[in-house]
Amino acid sequence: MRKSGFSQFLIFMLPALILLSTFVIYPSIKTTLQSFVDENGKITFKNYKDVLTSRDTIDLSGFSRGFPLGTLLHNAIWIAIHLPLTVSLGLILAVLLRKVRGGNILKSIIFLGMVMPMIIGGVMVRFMFDGNLGVINAFLGLFGFESKTWTAYPETSLFSLIFGSVWLWTGFSLVLYSAGLETIPRDFYEAAAMDGAGPFKIFFKITIPLLKPITVVVVTMTLLWELKIFDIVYVATMGGPGGASNVLALQMYTYAFRELNTGKAAVVAVLLTTLTITASYPLIKGSSDAR
Amino acid sequence: MKNRMILVYIITWLVGLLWLIPFLGVFMTAIRPLDELLNGWWSLKPFNIGFKNFLSAWNHPTAALAQGILNSLKVVIPSTILPLVIATMAGYYLSRYRFPGKRILFVIIIITITLPQQMIAVPVYSMLSKMGLIDSYLGLILLHTAWGIPWITFFMRNFFATLPAEIEEAARIDGASDFAVFFKIVFPLTLPAIGSASVLQFNWVWSDFFLALITIYSPDKLLATQRIPLMRGIYHVDWGLLSAAAIMVMIIPILVFFLLQKYYVKGMIGWAMK
Repeated sequence: MRKSGFSQFLIFMLPALILLSTFVIYPSIKTTLQSFVDENGKITFKNYKDVLTSRDTIDLSGFSRGFPLGTLLHNAIWIAIHLPLTVSLGLILAVLLRKVRGGNILKSIIFLGMVMPMIIGGVMVRFMFDGNLGVINAFLGLFGFESKTWTAYPETSLFSLIFGSVWLWTGFSLVLYSAGLETIPRDFYEAAAMDGAGPFKIFFKITIPLLKPITVVVVTMTLLWELKIFDIVYVATMGGPGGASNVLALQMYTYAFRELNTGKAAVVAVLLTTLTITASYPLIKGSSDAR
Repeated sequence: MKNRMILVYIITWLVGLLWLIPFLGVFMTAIRPLDELLNGWWSLKPFNIGFKNFLSAWNHPTAALAQGILNSLKVVIPSTILPLVIATMAGYYLSRYRFPGKRILFVIIIITITLPQQMIAVPVYSMLSKMGLIDSYLGLILLHTAWGIPWITFFMRNFFATLPAEIEEAARIDGASDFAVFFKIVFPLTLPAIGSASVLQFNWVWSDFFLALITIYSPDKLLATQRIPLMRGIYHVDWGLLSAAAIMVMIIPILVFFLLQKYYVKGMIGWAMK
């Protein structure tokens, strides 16, 4: 590695640094500062108190009354359902598709959910759960369920979006796990099969442990996606009805650009950022140690 | 053993086809007249094909996609090229040179990758307003460029780390300057990685909704993704129109994906797994 001179720094690094500081680093610091300033320009914790005690964020009475439960809990529910489902589905499909003819075509189809704009993803999810045209209703109708637009009712809107987003995101873990499986040497499987291990034993004792580094990446990136979820909710339900499917990112947008309350919006943004940085800590640490 | 394999085939294909159903539904809804859909898009009698929905979405009175797609391209192309050039150089610098504060800079770059866009929204809005760049593509392009720089820098640095430095050293001994080495020797070797990063950046900028939402306002300037919620309607949803619009907005990234799948998947994997 060479020692950098000033001219190298100037040409290679400075343009990136200027743009990054102006449009990303400085605004992030400014948002953090804004979260501590009230309408009159005084330094205060009032914004934090307002947001954290607001029913928009956490609404415990929702547990007896029904949705909404508040954005923070909605994001938490999203993670609790979506994370285990997409990660395990992606892994299982990756293992199965390797053995099946035409597996690559299926892989591409499942991956399309990642390729399309999430605003379209939201439209598709809304479509799936529609009362007249939705395929979910047609399926449930076979078992005698009444037809309804699932996104339009407080008790089902959040769950509709979450399950719809499983359809959108499973391709991510599928593709990463598929790539990971390629790196496991065949001898491992052959040796295990020779010792009489069945497919399930091989899966749990060889495949899963060897894929652990990939699992860390998949889980982290999936967590980030779930925390930042915005477009799907915006277009499918706008957080409704009555906030029943609202999420942190949309709450921030509403505070900032609808209610024009910069302080409260900044608090939500800081809260969201704290969560994303915490979630990505293993990756941040791993990457900076590697240097 | 054989029976089990057949079972695996059937289950896997069923799951795969399950994934296809929503696409099929949107497609059927887009190409057929509304009155045929009353019993669900899966009932095929009668079955008439028409492109009226595509035309209505393309020439929509308040949210024409023709204009939207053109606008999106105006933003996406520079927003892909600019950060790639800038961040490839930064990534090279980080992998080949040492300088004081490097480790901290590296950690900052990684942290900025994980930030939600909400963290910069309000200050960026007021900054662009002051610069007269709100509701202007230049402002949005600068924003996308800055937002793309950290991940592309990180991606490129990891790529350069796998590239042996010996060739570069040899060229230096022959008297080439650092910049000549970069542009003449390193850059051509970088093209596959640049390909992967461009495909992903293109896809992500095309798909962006939030940054456009907070910076672009004038009806004639709205990007393709911004026009989709406008077509949705609040109480009544015209699914034929919306499906046709959805297909037209997603077809571009999907085509890019199928044409450049190799780069795309490599990029996704390289990006996620350093």
